[in-house]
Amino acid sequence: MKKEPQTISKRFWIKLGLAPFAMFAFAFALVPLYDTFCDITGLNGRTSNTMFKGKNTSDVDLNRKITIEFMSSTTPGFPLEFRPTVTKMEIIPGKLYTITYIAENRSDRTIIGQAVPSFAPGLAAKHFKKLQCFCFSNQTFEPKKPKEMPVRFFVDSKLDKDIVDITLSYNFFKVKDAKPGPVAGL
Amino acid sequence: MSTTTTDLQDEIDALGKSHDNHHHGPEKGVMRWIKTTNHKDIGTLYLWFAFIMLLTGGAMAMVIRAELFQPGLQLVEPQFFNQMTTLHGLIMVFGAIMPAFVGLANWQIPLMIGAKDMALPRMNNWSFWILPFAGAMLLSTLFMKGGGPAFGWTFYAPLSTTFAPDSTDFFIFAIHMLGFSSIMGAINVIATILNMRAPGMKLMDMPLFVWTWLITAFLLIAAMPVLAGAVTMMLTDRNFGTSFFDAAGGGDPVMFQHIFWFFGHPEVYIMILPAFGVVSQIIPTFARKPLFGYSSMVYATASIALLSFVVWAHHMFLTGMPVAGQMYFMYATIMISVPTGVKVFNWVTTMWRGSLSFETPMLWAVAFVILFTIGGFSGLMLGIAPADIQYHDTYFVVAHFHYVLVTGALFSIIAAVFYWLPKWCGRMYNQKLAKIHFWWAVISVNILFFPQHFLGLAGMPRRIPDYSLQFADFNMISSIGGFVFGASFLLLTYIIVDCIRNGERVKEPRVWPSAKGLEWTIPTPAPYHTFDKPPGKELILAESSHTGAH
Repeated sequence: MKKEPQTISKRFWIKLGLAPFAMFAFAFALVPLYDTFCDITGLNGRTSNTMFKGKNTSDVDLNRKITIEFMSSTTPGFPLEFRPTVTKMEIIPGKLYTITYIAENRSDRTIIGQAVPSFAPGLAAKHFKKLQCFCFSNQTFEPKKPKEMPVRFFVDSKLDKDIVDITLSYNFFKVKDAKPGPVAGL
Repeated sequence: MSTTTTDLQDEIDALGKSHDNHHHGPEKGVMRWIKTTNHKDIGTLYLWFAFIMLLTGGAMAMVIRAELFQPGLQLVEPQFFNQMTTLHGLIMVFGAIMPAFVGLANWQIPLMIGAKDMALPRMNNWSFWILPFAGAMLLSTLFMKGGGPAFGWTFYAPLSTTFAPDSTDFFIFAIHMLGFSSIMGAINVIATILNMRAPGMKLMDMPLFVWTWLITAFLLIAAMPVLAGAVTMMLTDRNFGTSFFDAAGGGDPVMFQHIFWFFGHPEVYIMILPAFGVVSQIIPTFARKPLFGYSSMVYATASIALLSFVVWAHHMFLTGMPVAGQMYFMYATIMISVPTGVKVFNWVTTMWRGSLSFETPMLWAVAFVILFTIGGFSGLMLGIAPADIQYHDTYFVVAHFHYVLVTGALFSIIAAVFYWLPKWCGRMYNQKLAKIHFWWAVISVNILFFPQHFLGLAGMPRRIPDYSLQFADFNMISSIGGFVFGASFLLLTYIIVDCIRNGERVKEPRVWPSAKGLEWTIPTPAPYHTFDKPPGKELILAESSHTGAH
């Protein structure tokens, strides 16, 4: 009996071989996808690190009060003492406020850091508009010199009515390349 | 599909030396195993490797249960305890369960579809022989300065990047190699099933074990490269100054969890779908009825596989997701219970009014159906987002995934070995001893894992070497169950070795008189080369375990 040849086409091999490589590339594509997704939705407070450049068109809603709590932290090994001057304030949506953070370098050398804000609940991030913030760029700290760093902000009244409390936390990280200037991607 | 390559059958024949002597047995000595391209040899290698890893990971579990026998720190340092939980998880997932299923696939898929061998015999050899090196590399981390990985098998960043021991780079390469091996194995399975079925065997004629493996293989080639990507990002974060998961450089540690679970959730179905296949072969045999709802089984398997890619964030309910996200992942997760329920009901209906007999493989298969369903129910509870806030990272999770992986995946592997071992080696195991072993294991495994549900509901966190006094009693019960269950594997080792060496010889091709399937039409023990001539359409239909009468 003549046996029937069993063969596999080249196209099949190419498709099957490329699939794992495509999925490997997809894993890396998830990184920009994740960033974009968070930028659009405001999840993870990703939209909160840029300066608000537009006009304050928010209504001032005098009947509404929101409590903002301020927190600060530094990463281990970064010799910075860092705290807000007030830890809690009540605000009215649409009005402009300023709060000051104070930082002091406790070591004997100049250090450079980058503050990364985060919000709880995360959805508040895109309605918290900052006009001035030390988190927009790297900060240089001379040894033993306290530095005052104001944050000017308003909360857009489009913020979900269910949210009555917002926590804003800044975490100071050591900048890896130790060169002052804006950090890409932040 | 126009261009052709070499004829597969000729290729396999050429590897079996030449046409004249390819009916002869294998080469003698150790080189047989190193150079082998025979699917049965490679299947055997995979199964032995998995068994050794199972005992290794089991020994680590014994260390864990011994430390948890009483509150306080008695036996090991917390850092070593964490290394034990981490390596236990990694070894059981990547070293025991997955290779064991690949071993079963190697042995059974060509026999069940009437093919001469796997489509890529040389790559098959390679994908096995990567494994011992990857496993050795993973285990070697235990002896390095700073110890082995101690961040849990999920290796969340930054614990696994910034704060990990130096040996983590070895762990990363071991994961890479294990991933290569799985992907090559999956490519082989897909190529074999799609191209080498006996002429006349349609996709819907295939036994369910073959179907579940085909779908599993697609999950593997889609999910494993994502894991490879995640560990590659870890590697560059650790050594080359990137900041994928480091907030200081613009990265995000939560993103690690997204990428990991995008792999991790399909992974859990990679470990359970072949188990569904095994049970779907065994139950019809001992119920003496065709499998109920064959096509619904196929579609259910496929829909579980598709859904598995869109539910990953139910592992991350506590990372601060908006309510809409929690709702989506909750409903999508719970939707998976529909196809899974279809499967469980089909197994029960297959047994319904069947002429049941309880040989050892059937006992394991029935235990699988009952205990896996318990694991499924606790999974439903964990899938409910508001409840998960309480259950997250407690022993309830530990109990859940041990019910689906030990009494689910592992039980099905043991069932498969007891079902097909006489066919493979032409000898029957001591059935009385095997039944004693079954009852020993099935009782002790419940003493081991069932109290962990209560511990979790009471709030005992997982991955800790010490605990509050109120958890003491249940932990002691659980540990006793653990030691007894662990000891049952010594008996299992004896039963298997005794079967291979001194077992009563079996001559009938159909080892189980009521079994159906092409694998039961070849002589017993399975000759080194089978299906030189592919089986005909009539035989395929006559041997179908899901159509016609038994």
